[in-house]
Amino acid sequence: MPEAATLAPLLGVKGLNAWYGESHILHGMDFHIMPGEVVTLLGRNGAGKTTTMKSIMGIVGRRTGSVTYDGQELIGLPSNRIAQLGVAFCPEERGIFASLNVEENLLLPPQVRDGGLPLSTIFELFPNLKERLASQGTKLSGGEQQMLAIARILRTGARLLLLDEPTEGLAPVIIQQIGRTIRRLKQDGFTILLVEQNFRFAATVADRHYVVERGKVIDMIPNAQIDQNMAKLHEYLGV
Amino acid sequence: MFDFLGIPPQALFGQLLLGLINGSFYAMLSLGLAVIFGLLNIINFTHGAQYMMGAFGAYFLLQYAGLSYWWALVMSPLLVGATGIVIERLMLKHLYKLDHLYGLLLTFGLALIIEGLLRNEYGSSGQPYRIPEQLLGGTNLGFMFLPNYRAWVIVASLTVCLATWYVIERTKLGAYLRAATENPTLVQAFGINVPRMITLTYGFGVALAAFAGVLAAPIYQVAPQMGANLIIVVFAVVVIGGMGSIMGAIITGFGLGVIEGLTKVFYPEASNTVIFVIMALVLLVKPAGLFGRTA
Repeated sequence: MPEAATLAPLLGVKGLNAWYGESHILHGMDFHIMPGEVVTLLGRNGAGKTTTMKSIMGIVGRRTGSVTYDGQELIGLPSNRIAQLGVAFCPEERGIFASLNVEENLLLPPQVRDGGLPLSTIFELFPNLKERLASQGTKLSGGEQQMLAIARILRTGARLLLLDEPTEGLAPVIIQQIGRTIRRLKQDGFTILLVEQNFRFAATVADRHYVVERGKVIDMIPNAQIDQNMAKLHEYLGV
Repeated sequence: MFDFLGIPPQALFGQLLLGLINGSFYAMLSLGLAVIFGLLNIINFTHGAQYMMGAFGAYFLLQYAGLSYWWALVMSPLLVGATGIVIERLMLKHLYKLDHLYGLLLTFGLALIIEGLLRNEYGSSGQPYRIPEQLLGGTNLGFMFLPNYRAWVIVASLTVCLATWYVIERTKLGAYLRAATENPTLVQAFGINVPRMITLTYGFGVALAAFAGVLAAPIYQVAPQMGANLIIVVFAVVVIGGMGSIMGAIITGFGLGVIEGLTKVFYPEASNTVIFVIMALVLLVKPAGLFGRTA
């Protein structure tokens, strides 16, 4: 990547509005992510974090405003074109296909760019998956399904990963493994947008946190200053 | 020669063969319906008309272009499949988010229009279509006489059905198809052009019906209502097999053809209703069908 490009945000979101049918969910989201950053969206249930991800990916009903990826406008593109540009989505419900075995699930997303992780590296990160390639996708445990959902978007060459609550409902030991994986992916140069309820977990992996309330970004806290802002965060998140 | 329960073997095996022939058509048609329903969520009532269009396609290709049966076997499904693609692009794609009923009404209406137009032109009596000369005659198996063309129909149907099963259950393309049947939004968000896949799937299902129509042309006469008569039984087959399963559609298709044939031997009075009796029983015991997945 040329030097000048690294100075521009990889993802820029400006004045993003989104609707599900009649209900207006996002009211002018503004934020950006620099290449190689791990950024979280924090906020209470229903604040619009997941909708923001789906709007970036192009899978909500209607959206206005601007979402740019690597300088290219995404609003108006169908989701398959957005994926082809190098954006990958790991949904909250994981989206493991019951009629596909683990291997088919893993190999389903097509390669969109060079530079995805080779399968050997993926099995190094998630050794459980290698042993269960022939199992039906939904026969895996919740933690294994989450690993599979992350693993399958690592080999496509996508550079921006949208991870929606990857730790939800998982045992602490699995959460730690996912934390290690995210830090490793950052080292490998992936740019990651993370939606989290669990800000203690978020603080172990992220560079910056955006606080979302009623479909808007209301604050940005660099991870280095998270301790000074603890009281404020507690108030925002109601924890 | 031996008798089985007082039935002469010629009659028994003759009906068994007829059952397998009918089963070949049930299997090909219910397979197409199952594939279309899986991905499009549309109960394709035009299927019978599209089978009939396949047979008429063979007839037209011979009459107006002088093309033989073997050409028709390739070209008629391609042409009828192309009309399916036009129907999907222009009409069906607007219905996916609505209730099943709308798709059913639209495709039922289309079937009536297509059948009506051809009946207006050709009347309801059938046009003859000859068996290709390579398949004339038959083989004496000792216990029965097997016409070559009928053997060919069974082999062709089995081959096409099993090839379709293989592609859907064992290949990458099939994995896309199965995944998109479960969650099209996510599959598209992985970078796959799902709308195009849906269009091609409908085109394929329709082409499969037309292929069955070409196979049927030399056996039954080429007539505008040939599909309407068959499709009711095929829907019963689909209900018995269950909508979700590819292999289920194939096995149920052949199986019910054979059961129907055997009923003609042992209790001819019930041969027209046996499939519907089985359908009622299956619905009582296993509402999702023998091979269906309950959602």
